[in-house]
Amino acid sequence: MDQRVVRHFQEELETLQGRLLEMGGLAEERVRVAVHSLVDRDIASIDKVLHGDEPINELHVEIDNRCFKLLALHQPMATDLRAIVAAVKINTDLERVGDLAVNIAEAARRYATHPPVKKLIDIPQMGDIAQTMLRDALDSFVRRDTVLAHQVLNEDDRLDGLKTQIFRELLSYMLQDPGTVEPALDLILISRHLERIGDHATNIAEDVIFMVSALDVRHHAPNPPA
Amino acid sequence: MESTVAIPRPTVKGRSPEPSPNQQLKIDVEHLSFFYGDKRALEDISIKIQPNVVTAFIGPSGCGKSTFLRTLNRMNDIIPGARVDGRVCIDGEDIYGSHVDVVAMRRKVGMVFQKSNPFPKSIFENVAYGLRINKMTSSKSELAGRVEESLKQAALWDEVKDRLHESALAMSGGQQQRLCIARALAVKPDILLMDEPASALDPIATQRIEELIYQLKTNFTIVIVTHNMQQAARVSDYTAFFWLGRLVEYERTDKMFTAPSEKLTEDYLTGRFG
Repeated sequence: MDQRVVRHFQEELETLQGRLLEMGGLAEERVRVAVHSLVDRDIASIDKVLHGDEPINELHVEIDNRCFKLLALHQPMATDLRAIVAAVKINTDLERVGDLAVNIAEAARRYATHPPVKKLIDIPQMGDIAQTMLRDALDSFVRRDTVLAHQVLNEDDRLDGLKTQIFRELLSYMLQDPGTVEPALDLILISRHLERIGDHATNIAEDVIFMVSALDVRHHAPNPPA
Repeated sequence: MESTVAIPRPTVKGRSPEPSPNQQLKIDVEHLSFFYGDKRALEDISIKIQPNVVTAFIGPSGCGKSTFLRTLNRMNDIIPGARVDGRVCIDGEDIYGSHVDVVAMRRKVGMVFQKSNPFPKSIFENVAYGLRINKMTSSKSELAGRVEESLKQAALWDEVKDRLHESALAMSGGQQQRLCIARALAVKPDILLMDEPASALDPIATQRIEELIYQLKTNFTIVIVTHNMQQAARVSDYTAFFWLGRLVEYERTDKMFTAPSEKLTEDYLTGRFG
């Protein structure tokens, strides 16, 4: 293949990677703001999350178009093919993370209309873990780092554990005082959304492992025999 | 061709998709080296090919893929100073054995070349030629039947059935190539070797040849040399990657093009050399 064409393809891949990182940064920031605004009961910040989905949506479409174009024009193979397929999937995951940030903000807005059920400790912790997972998953993508990607997979259990713990705790609040049912359900929903964000980070990490080493680790499945 | 670059030895797993124990190999090449005089063009190639599959040979220009293809029906015999070491067994028999009837062997192992080469005869006579000289039919009607059957197998019959006695040279490039395939099929080979059969054709004609290859593998074992990697990916079940006269990787095509085992293959497929 002509070296000039290869270089052009590499430039396109790098641009694609840059746009994905930009989208990842936006998604991560929106999760951070959504969780902080819940804790701080900051309606203005909540509204920013609720009405600030447009840049992510635009990037979602742009990245998909870039991937389609690269597939159609360059017909990549092997690691290049895996990189673009991974980008398509990561793109979808990041867009869903953006949507989940909106869901969190919606629940936070409802929650802010009620007196606090309790001091929020586990939910901010879940938010931190989810953001770290997201950041690490994207770092592993940029650095082609499967060790870091595996760490992301391991973190998911912590998030699941916290979600279960939050549910149990809030259940006891609801049983003791039915007046807390509505805001407590919103907190349960938020924990569920954060757990889903962790799942998307996990998906990204799995895509990175496939992209780098061609190993399919989804659903804990062993790689099919070659 | 001597290489100073270390080429990874393919692993047994990555190299030879093993047939099931009861399956007869169609082509079994063991430790084949090929020399043009003192110059070694192929080095210690071993490959096992199962019946009724399409195998593609890929690699950069001069890597030996066409030379290797030609060792599979002894087409290199006519080159002065050419020498072969190793074994090429077809249906268990070494085709380089001393008692082998080369003409009969080549009937079994047909070949189609990069540039279509119809004889300056009618369409009918092109296909009938091999049947006539090998006395493979006993009557005119049997001959006509075999010509029709071959043209149908080559997906050409509907286009030429009303002008069988017109010159083959008046056909389009794609039709001429399918005529050459029909001519090769007429003598009922088991194996079809194709050396860049579509490289001189436009995309539509190429697509027809590729469709044809897909259909023909039901009845034939096909080995195709192509410099078009997308074509190898589209038509073949297995792919062998050659570099500097050596077989670097031999693998299921879907695996080769998505997750090759060897770095060299990866670099070639992604255009980082070659």
